[in-house]
Amino acid sequence: MSHVVSPIREKLVTGGKSYSDVTHDICKQVEGEPTKEWKWAFGISSIVFIYGAYCLFYTWWQGIGVWGLNKTVGWAWDITNFVWWVGIGHAGTLISAVLLLFRQKWRTSINRSAEAMTIFAVLCAASFILAHMGRPWLAHWALPLPNAFGSLWVNFNSPLVWDVFAISTYLSVSLLFWYMGLVPDLASIRDRATTKGRKFWYGLFSLGWTGSSKTWARYEYMSLILAGISTPLVLSVHTIVSMDFATSVIPGWHTTIFPPYFVAGAIFSGFAMVQTLLLITRVVFKLEDYITIEHIEMMNIVITVTGSVVGIAYLTEFFIAWYSGVEYESYAFINRATGPYWWAYWMMMTCNVISPQLFWSKAIRTNLMVSFFLSIVVNVGMWFERFVIIVTSLHRDYLPSSWAMFSPTMYDIGDYIFSFGLFFTLFFLFAKYLPVVNMAEVKSVMKGVSSNFPEKKKATKKTEE
Amino acid sequence: MAGHSHFSPANVEEHFEFTSEGKKRVIYAFIAGVVALVLGIYLLSKGEAGGHEVANAGHEAVKAGHEAASEHLSGGAVSHQPAAEEHYDWTNRIWANVWLNAVFFTGIAIIGMFFVSLQYLTKSGWSSVMKRVPEAFPKFLYITLPILLLVFFFKGDAIFHWMHHGVTEVGNENYDKIIAGKSGYLNKTFFLVRLVGFFALWIGLWTVLRKKSLEEDLIGGTDLFTQLVRISTAFIVVFGASSSMFAWDWVMSIDTHWFSTMFGWYMFSSWHVTGLAVITLTILLLKDKGYMAYVNENHLHDLGKLMFAFSIFWTYVWFEQFLLIYYANMPEEIIYFLERWEGHNKIYKTSEILMVFLNFFFPFLVLMTRDAKRTRIFLKIAAFFIIVGHYIDFYQMIMPGVLGGHAGYGLVEFGMVTVFASAFIYIVSDELTKASLIAKNHPFLPEAVHHDI
Repeated sequence: MSHVVSPIREKLVTGGKSYSDVTHDICKQVEGEPTKEWKWAFGISSIVFIYGAYCLFYTWWQGIGVWGLNKTVGWAWDITNFVWWVGIGHAGTLISAVLLLFRQKWRTSINRSAEAMTIFAVLCAASFILAHMGRPWLAHWALPLPNAFGSLWVNFNSPLVWDVFAISTYLSVSLLFWYMGLVPDLASIRDRATTKGRKFWYGLFSLGWTGSSKTWARYEYMSLILAGISTPLVLSVHTIVSMDFATSVIPGWHTTIFPPYFVAGAIFSGFAMVQTLLLITRVVFKLEDYITIEHIEMMNIVITVTGSVVGIAYLTEFFIAWYSGVEYESYAFINRATGPYWWAYWMMMTCNVISPQLFWSKAIRTNLMVSFFLSIVVNVGMWFERFVIIVTSLHRDYLPSSWAMFSPTMYDIGDYIFSFGLFFTLFFLFAKYLPVVNMAEVKSVMKGVSSNFPEKKKATKKTEE
Repeated sequence: MAGHSHFSPANVEEHFEFTSEGKKRVIYAFIAGVVALVLGIYLLSKGEAGGHEVANAGHEAVKAGHEAASEHLSGGAVSHQPAAEEHYDWTNRIWANVWLNAVFFTGIAIIGMFFVSLQYLTKSGWSSVMKRVPEAFPKFLYITLPILLLVFFFKGDAIFHWMHHGVTEVGNENYDKIIAGKSGYLNKTFFLVRLVGFFALWIGLWTVLRKKSLEEDLIGGTDLFTQLVRISTAFIVVFGASSSMFAWDWVMSIDTHWFSTMFGWYMFSSWHVTGLAVITLTILLLKDKGYMAYVNENHLHDLGKLMFAFSIFWTYVWFEQFLLIYYANMPEEIIYFLERWEGHNKIYKTSEILMVFLNFFFPFLVLMTRDAKRTRIFLKIAAFFIIVGHYIDFYQMIMPGVLGGHAGYGLVEFGMVTVFASAFIYIVSDELTKASLIAKNHPFLPEAVHHDI
């Protein structure tokens, strides 16, 4: 890649950092003692995790009857939470794969945490699949394994089975991508290690990385190949999640726009979650020179674009429900907006479509506090989106006598809390023990995007010329 | 890096010359198109039609095809009576072709604007060296707008089921309850307001963008660049908001009963990849003439990647729409694909298969390797067949609803597309002469000139 960069571009690394500054700034939280803030945060998330684990255990022990489901609303928070987490899990691979293909240099300082976040979010989503099953010890039945039960196979026509394939593929590729990207950085930590334990563990996981040019060439090939493989995966995962609903004939679920619109919504919520996490990380770990206002602004722009795409999809669905002339379809949408769940619908509209429009103002999209607040608002909205799609489409079915409302029990809530505990526990462990910014890749783009880069070389170059 | 370059804004300026030889060739092509068209119309009026399909398919056979299609439908759930049956007039085929090409070329023209705007919005550097090419395309909107308007005014009822006499009138023998229910959106006035409104916004924004872009060549600086980013953003917003609506209006409403929420993005994806192929082909042809030396295999590689990626994107959108409708198998939706698969004596089946082959398998396989994307001849072949494939895509979207069993590929089709294509080449070539082929003061030009992947 050429290092000629137009002077009108914003700098992506500020503070006149040199290569060794990068290594030092990023390794220091891995090498140092855990800070007090980290201990507090980790302690709280562990407590949340333990409480959630109790609720999940109870759900498994008693069966999913402890949830608030009823004969009309047979699917509610369980699937809402699943879709919500899978959606959040889209940003990592989008940032690492799609933005790599589009040569977006700003991805280098956020891809590591975004990918980690992706993996944890997908694990949270997977926990809801397991929770759903009621008998999690039979989870392997979701795979088409040869078995001794006669011709007992999974139903290949079911989008739920496609989901199993899509998400397990996505998880493995994301994990591979994330880990491969970590290898050079783990080697840096290994080489700097002062304790035996650290040398051993980081050495083990850095797979004997030598840093020779041949190794780097392979690293680059591998990144491109994995990016090529991951890009269709980013689209396929939420496409297939959307098919859990869209292949059915339930009014409000069966609509052809679902696949791309779910993908856009997933990227939207994923970027919002990355924003939430990075705005904290950059302050706590003092990474303001690497995760700059420019990065935050870029992410806010992606949030605005995807939020608007989602908004257009909402309006399209609403319009076509009327245009189709299908009575049930029209009712499903009128009921969404004005029925007993109107508050959920308008929550969704406000958080997902209206609030990101505030980012049209440069002052707002470069304001850290507002960005942080709105990034949370977006994910609240995206949770409501799934709730609206799922519950409001089900709660008033074809038979008015069976119309019902859904109210969550403490185990619906507890299992959701579990996923937060899991997510944050894993994220804090990651933030402490692994470098949160990809040092190697930041260094690879610094030429041209760093302010005053690199001071010494620049000086010598001038004398040469 | 900048040290060893001989690049400076002064020596990149170059002007395309639309030679009299070139003009002559385009005009000959146009005339050939007109001759084919006239001959085709003459044959059509004699009831012979240009296409073999129609020549062989008598009225009876067409009827039989219809019945085959409706066998699969549950009773009277769908009162889908294609326009062709009751209102067929041999001249409809001419108007269907005019509409098809006008919509198709409007797409290519506006995608030029979309491409440039997207590059500004995303602050892409690599493409700045070639932006003058897509920037010239929207000029053709001045040609397609009056054509669309004329067809709509004089022959709208030949194209659109909802414009048939009496369909929204209670008590009329043609009364159609479903269509009447849509008349709040599908009515002449509102349709025209949207059509003219979209074109006015597109042409307006393009005119400003073009003016500022040419000014930049003279003045330079970053003020104009900032303004161009703003105009581009405005265009993307307008286009994003209108993209579903014009697809519903100009194409989906032909099959008035049918609906699909995906349709807007589906039609956009078809336009988009066609536009990318036309941009690539234009650049390659200019390079063959010795222009645009700064566009090297790295830029071509990126264009190749875009064609590859957006061919897959088109396939994604097309296939998802098909799969969800096929899977749910609801009569009011599935009719659309049944009609194209086994309706009308199966005259659309070959096109349907060919279209998926040309629009997915062909570019997917041809543009798979790095070398192919960096080799001009491969790019040319891929771009050409992508354009052909998406023409067939639009044929499949428009013809079954307008002509039913009376469609075919004959002299009228070939003549009409030649007429439009040569007009497009003429207008775009002429527009290209009006500015330097390289926007020499584009602030990202140094990046594009040093582009290396």
